[in-house]
Amino acid sequence: MKTFVRALLGASAMCAVVSAAQAEKLTIATVNNGDMIRMQKLTDEFTKANPDIELEWVTLEENVLRQRVTTDIATKGGQYDVMTIGTYEVPIWGKQGWLVSLNDLPEAYDVDDLLPAIRGGLTVDGELYAAPFYGESSMVMYRKDLMEKAGMEMPQEPTWADIKKAAEAMTDKDNEVYGICLRGKAGWGENMAFLGAMANSYGAKWFDMDWKPQFDTEEWKAVLTDYLDLMNNYGPPGASNNGFNENLALFQQGKCGMWLDATVAASFVTNPDDSTVADKVGFALAPNKEGVEKHANWLWAWSLGIPAGSQKVDAAKKFIAWATSKDYTKLVAEKEGWANVPPGTRTSLYENEEYKKVPFAEMTLESIKAADPNNPTVDEVPYVGVQFVAIPEFQGIGTAVGQQFSAALAGQVSAEQALQSAQQLSEREMTKAGYIK
Amino acid sequence: MARRVPTSRKWLVTIAAWAIGFLIFFPILWTILTSFKTEAEAIASPPSFLFFDWTLDSYREVQSRSNYFLHFYNSVIISLGSTLLGLVIAIPAAWSMAFVPAKRTKDVLMWMLSTKMLPPVGVLIPIYLLFRDFGLLDSRFGLVIVLTLINLPIIVWMLFTYFREIPGEILEAARMDGATLWAEIVHVLTPMAVPGIASTLLLNVILAWNEAFWTLNLTAAKAAPLTAFIASYSSPEGLFYAKLSAASTMAIAPILILGWFSQKQLVRGLTFGAVK
Repeated sequence: MKTFVRALLGASAMCAVVSAAQAEKLTIATVNNGDMIRMQKLTDEFTKANPDIELEWVTLEENVLRQRVTTDIATKGGQYDVMTIGTYEVPIWGKQGWLVSLNDLPEAYDVDDLLPAIRGGLTVDGELYAAPFYGESSMVMYRKDLMEKAGMEMPQEPTWADIKKAAEAMTDKDNEVYGICLRGKAGWGENMAFLGAMANSYGAKWFDMDWKPQFDTEEWKAVLTDYLDLMNNYGPPGASNNGFNENLALFQQGKCGMWLDATVAASFVTNPDDSTVADKVGFALAPNKEGVEKHANWLWAWSLGIPAGSQKVDAAKKFIAWATSKDYTKLVAEKEGWANVPPGTRTSLYENEEYKKVPFAEMTLESIKAADPNNPTVDEVPYVGVQFVAIPEFQGIGTAVGQQFSAALAGQVSAEQALQSAQQLSEREMTKAGYIK
Repeated sequence: MARRVPTSRKWLVTIAAWAIGFLIFFPILWTILTSFKTEAEAIASPPSFLFFDWTLDSYREVQSRSNYFLHFYNSVIISLGSTLLGLVIAIPAAWSMAFVPAKRTKDVLMWMLSTKMLPPVGVLIPIYLLFRDFGLLDSRFGLVIVLTLINLPIIVWMLFTYFREIPGEILEAARMDGATLWAEIVHVLTPMAVPGIASTLLLNVILAWNEAFWTLNLTAAKAAPLTAFIASYSSPEGLFYAKLSAASTMAIAPILILGWFSQKQLVRGLTFGAVK
């Protein structure tokens, strides 16, 4: 027992010693995404130039990370000096005063070079609250060989009618080739990311100017009916369980004619090490309904922010300015090639002649340009966000609605029932939260 | 005398037992197999069972990206620390409940168990604030305390059922010989209850090792155990199954081996009350 107490005392004393020694140690919370992991491997370059700063990484799966950093910042726990957050968190946290403004980054950072759509999504009342590390939108990835076989050509900017025609032509269920693969797994960041963006391209929206949910409109009915029609006729079996990774696996094995998902997928499906269709993939802009100006592409940017109250703001700013700079882009290009550069944040990258040779570079830029988080829908709406609504209640509501739509895809409820339940539950939640008076 | 069991039935039971055992073990086996595949093979369908190019790439990648031994060390300290601290508190508690029960002992036992019915996330913010104010966030010491509190009801219950099996007369005899209360617990009760204490210890080490809510939410970089190590290899967008499997295999290997060597005690401990 005595030794145990001694061991405990020793352990806590050791913790004390460790914390005394870390004068300028930055703790960075980040997600397990390819671009982030690459950055961790390249940070030697940063610490060489800044020997007084040490970096300590906490890498976590996205949903675990979100829960973790939200708890910490809401309680001012102070565990992290730099947090990796998305375009969903930044507007909410910025408004709460939880983040340090980055308006005073050095001149050389060239903040005007950031893509306007991305920068706009990370700015609240004129203050930039996070610096974008990489941006992503969504686009159509399709099999050029299957389109050719069907005697068709994919337009650069297809409509939903074009997509349906192509899906029909490419489907060959006997050989396990399905015309279209879309997300079906329930979740605000899963099927609702796709369906929310698809809704914009039909002129539908989450809420009207009085925060009243809009699932009882004709537009939403058309969205869900067409989605179910596409998936039931031309989609893979069991699609209500499919998320990004499941569809990626299907596409890479040549089982999907088209896949509409995140632009980052382009580098996976064109990588010959993993993909059996690497040389047969074409890209097109996410579709819209005829006559609707908005397209079905979302916008997301993984960004670096500093929690308010951090004791190491200067060092943290130095790191953020390095990680999201033009020079970092060049560093990655030098070591790993242009295709691995973090995409979607800077205009200068898309003017680079070398980068233009990457097959999916142009379509990624076009997709990002076509989405505007501050003006996401045809009609005016009171919220920010393309495939999400940047209010704290959205995670819960979005996932509950996603479950209804996933159930409709699985055939457990009809489209009407799903929309009705979605309307009821979101009205209830929004009233409870005080949005609907 | 055991009843005679026909050979054919014995065979059937044996086969059924093996089948069920294999079914339960299969996910772990699959994880281990996947950890030796490439990322492309890990998601291939139909999946290959044994005939693929075995590779250690995932292990290499995991080794180069994270500090396994730091997480391992944290897991050992946290799980052993919380179990031992729990035993120190639970042995006297279970002694008093088993040998000198009061009017409300049953209620106290039930109440202790009822604390396990609260979803942990319900108290996440209060505990986080306490930890912040006491400077316990991201410390092994803080996790030892939380996991002790969480597993204490189970430890007390297990020890209580053991102690109840021990005849009170033996303790009375010790008292007649002039043993103090302390001597009675340390020199008479504890040696008799060693098998029970051992299985309680083992089960709680396993529970603490696998605990993945508090260990994830109260740590950052310094005190993060193997649960955080696993969580860093999953991703909603990307290929990660092989690496995740390698990380999982490395995380469960120590406790799996421990369980293997001590399965006799474990099974005995868990079925004690019923078979006697």
